[in-house]
Amino acid sequence: MRTNARTAQLALILLPILAALGITALLILAIGRDPLELASNVWEGAFRNSRSRAGVVNFWIPLTLCGLGLAVTFTAGLWNIGIEGQMTMGAIFASGAALFIDLPAPLLIPLEIGLAMLGGMLWAAAVGMLKTRLGVNEIFGGVAFNALANVLTIYLISGPWQPAIGGSAQGTDPFPPNALLPGLSAAFPVNLLALLIVGVAVIGLLLALRGTRWGLQLKATGKNARSALLLGVPTERTALSAMLVCGALAGIAGSYRVLFTFENLRPLSSGGIGFLALLVALLVGYRVLWTPLVAFIVAALFVGSTRLQLSMQLDQSIAGVVQGVVVLLVVFANGLRERLSQWRPVPAAVNLPEAPSNLAPQNDPIKESQP
Amino acid sequence: MNDQTLNLLASIVSNATPLVIASLGETITERAGVTNLSLDGSIVLAAMAGFVAALTSGSVIIGLLVAMLVGAAVALLVAFGSIALRCDQVAVGFILTLLCADLAQFLGQEYTRQPGPTVAFWPLPVLNNLPIVGRVLFEHNALVYFSYVLIFAAWWWMFKTRAGLAHRAVGERPEAAYARGVRVNLLRYVYAAAGGALVGLAGASYSLSFKAGWTNPPVMRGDGWIALAIVIFGGWHPFRVVFGAYLFAALRTLSTSIQQDPNTQISPVLLNMLPWIFMIATLLAVSSGGLERLLRLLPRPLQRPARNLLRSNPPAALGTRFDP
Repeated sequence: MRTNARTAQLALILLPILAALGITALLILAIGRDPLELASNVWEGAFRNSRSRAGVVNFWIPLTLCGLGLAVTFTAGLWNIGIEGQMTMGAIFASGAALFIDLPAPLLIPLEIGLAMLGGMLWAAAVGMLKTRLGVNEIFGGVAFNALANVLTIYLISGPWQPAIGGSAQGTDPFPPNALLPGLSAAFPVNLLALLIVGVAVIGLLLALRGTRWGLQLKATGKNARSALLLGVPTERTALSAMLVCGALAGIAGSYRVLFTFENLRPLSSGGIGFLALLVALLVGYRVLWTPLVAFIVAALFVGSTRLQLSMQLDQSIAGVVQGVVVLLVVFANGLRERLSQWRPVPAAVNLPEAPSNLAPQNDPIKESQP
Repeated sequence: MNDQTLNLLASIVSNATPLVIASLGETITERAGVTNLSLDGSIVLAAMAGFVAALTSGSVIIGLLVAMLVGAAVALLVAFGSIALRCDQVAVGFILTLLCADLAQFLGQEYTRQPGPTVAFWPLPVLNNLPIVGRVLFEHNALVYFSYVLIFAAWWWMFKTRAGLAHRAVGERPEAAYARGVRVNLLRYVYAAAGGALVGLAGASYSLSFKAGWTNPPVMRGDGWIALAIVIFGGWHPFRVVFGAYLFAALRTLSTSIQQDPNTQISPVLLNMLPWIFMIATLLAVSSGGLERLLRLLPRPLQRPARNLLRSNPPAALGTRFDP
């Protein structure tokens, strides 16, 4: 019985992933291409040499930071779709410091990262306040503030921050060397400080979510805001604090894009990483430890497929298709498992807790449960 | 009224049409208790599928039908995940938003920037000779006229027929509906598909008419979210939803036409921010916290009618599961 259940458990994790790969393979066949050739091209694109491996890590760092932040907001029952905008604001704030403040690197870099956190928190606070104080659903607040951050970027690039020569909407001037995050080596350009921040964030969040009063309050708010409030949890403040933590992490992620990956501010500098992190968070069921691992696979997939345009004249959006189908089928399989769970054994590696469903602004438990 | 104003009004009407169709479709779906959050992706996918189908078959009708099928299929996935597999509707909808957009980009990569067939211009005889109204409302194509019919059909169905009563009951009090012999989950599938088909039609109405063609990135990106917000602003009532869609289209059309006027200087930044600021403002006006604060600013006798006018209560069972 036990082994049976375990086999079923494993099957419910592996089957959806295999099925997803099968579906995308069929799609690729449908447009007349060879899925195996495509897969090997993606692998080549990600791991062909140490520079491309560094590219994967450089994608993984912001993706993991965002995924960790989302673990916090999802635990508190919030759909932080505004994470893209929070990343963008982090990028903008860091760029402001990089362009206009001239300090030695050891002083300037902490300042840039601190400002980036502030920028992300600002946008997160706006969406969070709209939600907790006024009852505007965080999904719509997030979508709007994402768009506003993008408009602000384009305004800055084509207006006050435009390059002295040849001003266009392409980006600002490259930042001076003392404003940039240094790479480890020319062969493996990855920033050590950022890796350190990821490590600290993983450990810090693991401890905070498991062992502190705040972690407990987050979980209580996420599971049932009304009863949490009746039991004395300040649900509004807890929800807002979750948004702020996520905003700060997203801000750092955004700053990494401009201070390391691009070396200037450009439109859409978040590169859709925030949305991707939402999918990662759904895939791992908002678990802190699993986030970096799954984020790495996703980062390899996305970085690997950027070369498809060159090697196979194929659009790189296939990476998004693969990822989307996998997440959809895994979420479906989780639902199926819940349905079949008369015998519910050990918690699975990928187990999606009930996601918050609070689209309707007036059915908002946090808002409604105010005395 | 001069020619310019008439043209402006007519272009507001045509610009609003995809939003009207999409937000009415979503209203139908949500009234049955299913939230199809995937609009921003399914509109894009339907637009691509409709365009490619019309281009390869040479028939606009086939393009529109294919787009409707795509929209219905995506909505059925949301309903299936929620009803049969007990998944969260918001999660499935959000995943599909991203997936559909990527799928459209991937499958449509060979078809970007190609001229394709469009829905034919068709002034309605007799009606288009009416003063003012004729020019503004009846010199368009069939999609626009369909949207007029849809407004009243949706209202009549929901509020004037017995089947519509069951439709609303499934979204408000599924237990009560079930006790009266209504097949709750079956109806949820049906209305999810019907609403989804309209969302698909809205997608095709971009690529086959109002913003004809297929580009990457797609021009209609973002409008799905706007349509979802319009449903909330419209309080899930067809007339108010349509009012929201026209209001939005008017704002958008006016601001672009003001910008094109060489005599005025309006910053394009402000222009690009406007739809989103407007979206937050409208949601704020009907949200619990925003509405109360707004009402306090009004003189007392106006408070009650204003509350009744702006109150926006979602279907009570929206986003919930029903297990008989």
